[in-house]
Amino acid sequence: MDRRSFLRGGLMLGCSAAAMPFLNHATFASVPGDNRLVVVILRGALDGLDLLRPAGAPELSALRPTLAAEPGLPLDNFYHLHPSLEGLMPLWRAGDLGFVDAVSTPYRDRRSHFDGQNLLEAGTAMDAPRQLQREGWLNRLLQVMPGAHGSTAFAIGREAMPVLDGPAPVPSWAPDTELRVGQQGRRLLAALYELDAGFSEAGMQALALSQSLDPVEGEGGGHLAQVDAFARFAAARLSEDTRIVALSLAGWDTHAGQAQSIRRPLERLERLILSLRAELGPVWERTTILAMTEFGRTVRENGTRGTDHGTAGAMLTAGGAVRGGRVLGRWPGLGESDLYAGRDLMPTADVRAHAAWALRGLFGTERAMLEQAVFPGLDLGRDPGLLDI
Amino acid sequence: MPPATTLQAIRFGDGLRAGDPPGLAPAAQLDGPDAMQRRYPGPSTSALEAMRRELVATRRQLQEVEDDSAGADGPSGSLEEMLRGHRRALADEDLATVQRTFARALDSDTPYRERLVRFWAGHFAVRAMPRIFRAAVSSYIDEAIRPHVTGRFDAMLRAAVLHPIMLRYLDQAGSTGPSSPFGQRQGRGLNENLARELLELHTLGADGPYGQDDVHQLAKLLTGLGVDQQAQMVFRRRRAEPGSFTVLGRRYGGGRPSLADIEAALIDLAAHPHTARHLSHKLAAHFIADEPPPALVDDLAATWRESAGDLRAVALALAEHPAAQSADRAKARQPLGLLVAALGALGVTGAEVMRWNRSLVRQVIVHPLIAMGQPWQEPRGPDGWPEHFGHWITPQGLAARIDWAMTTPARLRRRLPDARDFVDHALGDLADDDLRRLVAGAENNTEGVGLVLASPGFNRC
Repeated sequence: MDRRSFLRGGLMLGCSAAAMPFLNHATFASVPGDNRLVVVILRGALDGLDLLRPAGAPELSALRPTLAAEPGLPLDNFYHLHPSLEGLMPLWRAGDLGFVDAVSTPYRDRRSHFDGQNLLEAGTAMDAPRQLQREGWLNRLLQVMPGAHGSTAFAIGREAMPVLDGPAPVPSWAPDTELRVGQQGRRLLAALYELDAGFSEAGMQALALSQSLDPVEGEGGGHLAQVDAFARFAAARLSEDTRIVALSLAGWDTHAGQAQSIRRPLERLERLILSLRAELGPVWERTTILAMTEFGRTVRENGTRGTDHGTAGAMLTAGGAVRGGRVLGRWPGLGESDLYAGRDLMPTADVRAHAAWALRGLFGTERAMLEQAVFPGLDLGRDPGLLDI
Repeated sequence: MPPATTLQAIRFGDGLRAGDPPGLAPAAQLDGPDAMQRRYPGPSTSALEAMRRELVATRRQLQEVEDDSAGADGPSGSLEEMLRGHRRALADEDLATVQRTFARALDSDTPYRERLVRFWAGHFAVRAMPRIFRAAVSSYIDEAIRPHVTGRFDAMLRAAVLHPIMLRYLDQAGSTGPSSPFGQRQGRGLNENLARELLELHTLGADGPYGQDDVHQLAKLLTGLGVDQQAQMVFRRRRAEPGSFTVLGRRYGGGRPSLADIEAALIDLAAHPHTARHLSHKLAAHFIADEPPPALVDDLAATWRESAGDLRAVALALAEHPAAQSADRAKARQPLGLLVAALGALGVTGAEVMRWNRSLVRQVIVHPLIAMGQPWQEPRGPDGWPEHFGHWITPQGLAARIDWAMTTPARLRRRLPDARDFVDHALGDLADDDLRRLVAGAENNTEGVGLVLASPGFNRC
């Protein structure tokens, strides 16, 4: 029996490494436990109400006349999944896909992507000292994780991953495929060029020629190659001694024509999850994927059939280690008085608490450590039962 | 002298370095030694020529071996290995010239000087043939252009026109006086290429007061100029056309053919009032506007004439002219200048560029320059790079600029500055509110940084 299968066997009995004090730490010197975590930062503010549609809410179709028009995929008697994610339905049925609704970070009111992402990845409150905000919560986890070493965590992709930034060294890897700029990036470029007569004509054509921008329409499956490369690399590392990977998917800033513009990012998210499952093989059973975003979007469709920056949204969980097939979280309602600032979904839980409970379950990190060191000042509250390990 | 303003740093340099304008006002950048050539020295033309000759010799040996053995396995394997080694060595020299050029531009306290080097190198444009010898263009610039950008125009003209790379490029090395001893014996004759470009491009300009006769006479006068085995300029009297030649009404030669006759003609061409006018217009069109204000051109031409072609005085007059203070940035940054400016805004230093491996130099600079329409050291012809805005801001060229802006910064910097701060790093007080607003609306920081670099404001100078 090799060490890995020994560990797996042990853990399948319901123990985690930290909960087995009779095992010498040295045994785990190169492997802090046998569970795996994939953190996916969805940059640009995913519209939780479109991913995870509250179809049972009577206000939905009036608030979102075009976005809710196409029927979704029924998950239970209240929620529907976005119709383009049919590939994830087998996971839902197998209990390998779940959601937490109406969650947010402590970020409020300013609704800036940059600041929102910084706070999500720092894992702090808004008023935390600057120095603390420059470290990511996964890095702080590594600093307190018994047996963590130089390849316990990996950052994947060219995009910076502040969630892993900090004193603990974290290697990074990026595939040769290029970054891609989503619809919002294209719109901002177009706006810039329109403002300058010398650039307006060439600019509009350049947007069609540029290799780094997502094509407006058509097949263009090339954008999935990058996601496959992410998944292959992540799975290879996670099958060795890496336990945590973090990466980001962009393209969620769907201010206009969201019924179309959200499809590509959703395709990429679906592909990432399915690719990871295929590549991880048996390790999938010990894997938890947490996909989280900086904030949600407005409950009302705007004048360009998109949505603007909001507050609460949804977190997606996937993997053999999650207790899926359920939507967690307390639904706040879509009535006028239920909304935050009269426009956004009201947050009913802190997304950090769910991430913290996942760390507790996956790596046995003590509650006090999570509340003081990893997410300073966070109140974990009750165990939401995210995992089934 | 006060420090340079943002506008000066962009107009007479390559922009800000992580938010700061490098150096003093441009007028104060024209004196003192050339610190950058000292910090990042390159190989001489003759050193590169020695490498090229080894390559040629190896290729000849290989050819002989292959001819002898006619397909059988012989000693050609190690020769092929050697040939590859020579090729790689020259290709590495070429990439090193890219790194040095960027390192100088990124570290210089006198960026105006670097811009003047690029302007004059474009004015006396050459290409090195074959392409594997491309590093020699940079040696030519270091030897013939750089030492003279704040010196006298007649000295630069002499250095550039008589440089072996120029003599080869414009076919002068093969031009022979038909009545010279060598021409008579070999039946060789004139090539007018250099003579024509000397009048049309280098000095008087296409609308200058010269005719075909002047071109022909000058071509005869230039015979004898050649390039030896060590890539040194030589004067071969036996190839020089005997007699005297009249160019623009002045007689040259008549005695024993000599280099001094050619030099006398170059001095007169340099001092011609049409040369002053032609080059004043060209400088103003390069730095200020494709169609420069006539008053600016007049004033520069007057300075040129009064100073007898003192390029320091002309550069000073240009930087201090009221027309150069206009807030309207009407020029498009050429791709090379755009990349220097973008790297500078990101805080990339010369030392860092010098440490890049080959692959990174190609990915970050060489390939993007091709995509943006300005392949490294390969202008289309002896007239150098076009000036006008519409040549550079094309759909293809702009798409390549967007691609660089969106993908390269993240490759160079794991943690990029906050895009809202980067607006200031790149454009300082010249950033407008529209740009700030749109950048703040980017969905992630990489795109925000990319927006700044792809913006019209950053692509103008």
